[in-house]
Amino acid sequence: MSEFVFLYRGGSRPTSPEDGQKVMEKWTGWFKEMAANGQIVDRGQPLEGTGKVVKAGGKSIVDGPFAEAKDVVGGFTVIKAADLAAAAAIAKGCPILERGGDVEVRPIMKMEM
Amino acid sequence: MTSTRDGTDAGGEAAAGIDHLFRRESGRLVATVTRVFGVHNLALAEDVVQDAFCKALEVWKIRGVPDNPAAWLMATAKHKALDALRRERTARTFAPDVDRLLRSEWTLAPTVQELFAEHAIRDDLLRMMFSCCDPSLAEEAQVALMLNILCGLSAGEIAGAFVITRAAAEKRITRAKQTLAQAERLFDLTSAADFAARLPAVQRALYLLFNEGYHGASTAHVVRAELCDEAMRLTRVLLDGSLDATPSTRALAALMYLNAARLPARLDASGNLHALHDQDRSRWDQRKLAEGLRLLGVSATGEMLTEYHLEAAIASIHAVATSADTTDWAAIATLYDRLLAIRPSPVVALSRAIAIGQHEGPERGLAEIDAIADRERLEHYPFYAAARGDFELRRGRRDVARKHYETALAVARNPAERRFLAGRIADCGENFVTSQSATRTPLPDRQHIRPQDPDAAR
Repeated sequence: MSEFVFLYRGGSRPTSPEDGQKVMEKWTGWFKEMAANGQIVDRGQPLEGTGKVVKAGGKSIVDGPFAEAKDVVGGFTVIKAADLAAAAAIAKGCPILERGGDVEVRPIMKMEM
Repeated sequence: MTSTRDGTDAGGEAAAGIDHLFRRESGRLVATVTRVFGVHNLALAEDVVQDAFCKALEVWKIRGVPDNPAAWLMATAKHKALDALRRERTARTFAPDVDRLLRSEWTLAPTVQELFAEHAIRDDLLRMMFSCCDPSLAEEAQVALMLNILCGLSAGEIAGAFVITRAAAEKRITRAKQTLAQAERLFDLTSAADFAARLPAVQRALYLLFNEGYHGASTAHVVRAELCDEAMRLTRVLLDGSLDATPSTRALAALMYLNAARLPARLDASGNLHALHDQDRSRWDQRKLAEGLRLLGVSATGEMLTEYHLEAAIASIHAVATSADTTDWAAIATLYDRLLAIRPSPVVALSRAIAIGQHEGPERGLAEIDAIADRERLEHYPFYAAARGDFELRRGRRDVARKHYETALAVARNPAERRFLAGRIADCGENFVTSQSATRTPLPDRQHIRPQDPDAAR
């Protein structure tokens, strides 16, 4: 088993409370399924859309770094799976995909000793 | 489709749990934020609430729903409201009675804290409900406004429920909101005279909302059952309000509970409509029936006999009967007589004719239908022709009955009604045992007045 990070990007805002409810229920269902399969290592955290980037040398600090809202990472989760293909298969169930967002799946580098 | 069943059965507040949380809370939040911002800033209040929901969603979808989501949402909305008040206070004025306090940084936070306190927000929903029923708005606009602001339904969802185009729903809501925003302030609950004067309009809007859910023309059954739930929830808010527990509101709540109790048997899991006679009475919701009977009991105080009392009384007779044959149809016919006197309408007259026919035989029923004064207004109402068909079938005139059912089918408004009437047409062709046909009535268990009905308030 290897560990992977899901990085959630973009995804449209709900159009109504009912719509928001549906989005919520889908995420709850997805997490429940992952939990039932023992795939969650850390539910992770949501991230604010704003931030600062400290540039090389520490001399400059800028807002950003994001040009567009759709490029902003909105949160992350740590999961475990047999391999990258299996992790990507899990990510395919992420409700963000139905709302125009995407999931970046990144293997966590292992310290081989 | 299991969701149909769930929607139909999800009556109780407690059972709802996290279901509809967003929608439920939306009404409360918009009402409270609008109370702070002033009704002229309704759009800003809605934006703030929308922001709070988005924030909640971002966090909850990864962290999971917290233990007390309603409190979480209210706290988030309060913070967002504070931000908006600071940002907008040079450009806008807020609710007149607190505007001065919101302008100074010294008093801003404590004032907002106070306005968001539990005891303060209790009446906000009620105040907004009364504001939505502004007499300058048409009844359908009042209902649409309540659904949008208090129940959190979008224009698209309201369009679906009322079988109108999305554009029409949007226009209706936008215009109604403009009217609302022009009001100087939200409805003042402290004036007993104003409250009493506005109450009938509020009751009427809730009644229309319930009926739309109960027997609306929408094809989406889930939405319909939810409209009933919303009407009942808002009626409970009205009942529990500090000012109102008037007999007529109790009667309104009673009629909702008594009729909603039958919903699980009225539509089965596959979305088929069942007439009162064919309903599996063991599927009636006993808790709702008991609550309905209790409310009807406590509504019998005071001088006023309202249409809600009469409708609730009719529903209570059905509720206590063990079968259609043992139902006290004579009492029902008498109640319809009185209902007709209070609210004359061809649909009520049709219901009365059917009750008389049940009691005194199909010939009398048909004669009563023929005697309905403005019965041409019922031509687009499928259960008008169906009622004729039923009485003819009971007289054994199968061919005539079939023609009536076919007429009804031609004006049926949704697949459930079409399936239902097609079943009746099939009955006409069968070697039908007369005694069996005598126990059947095509009516899907309750008649009432809806905005789309020919006798609607126009």
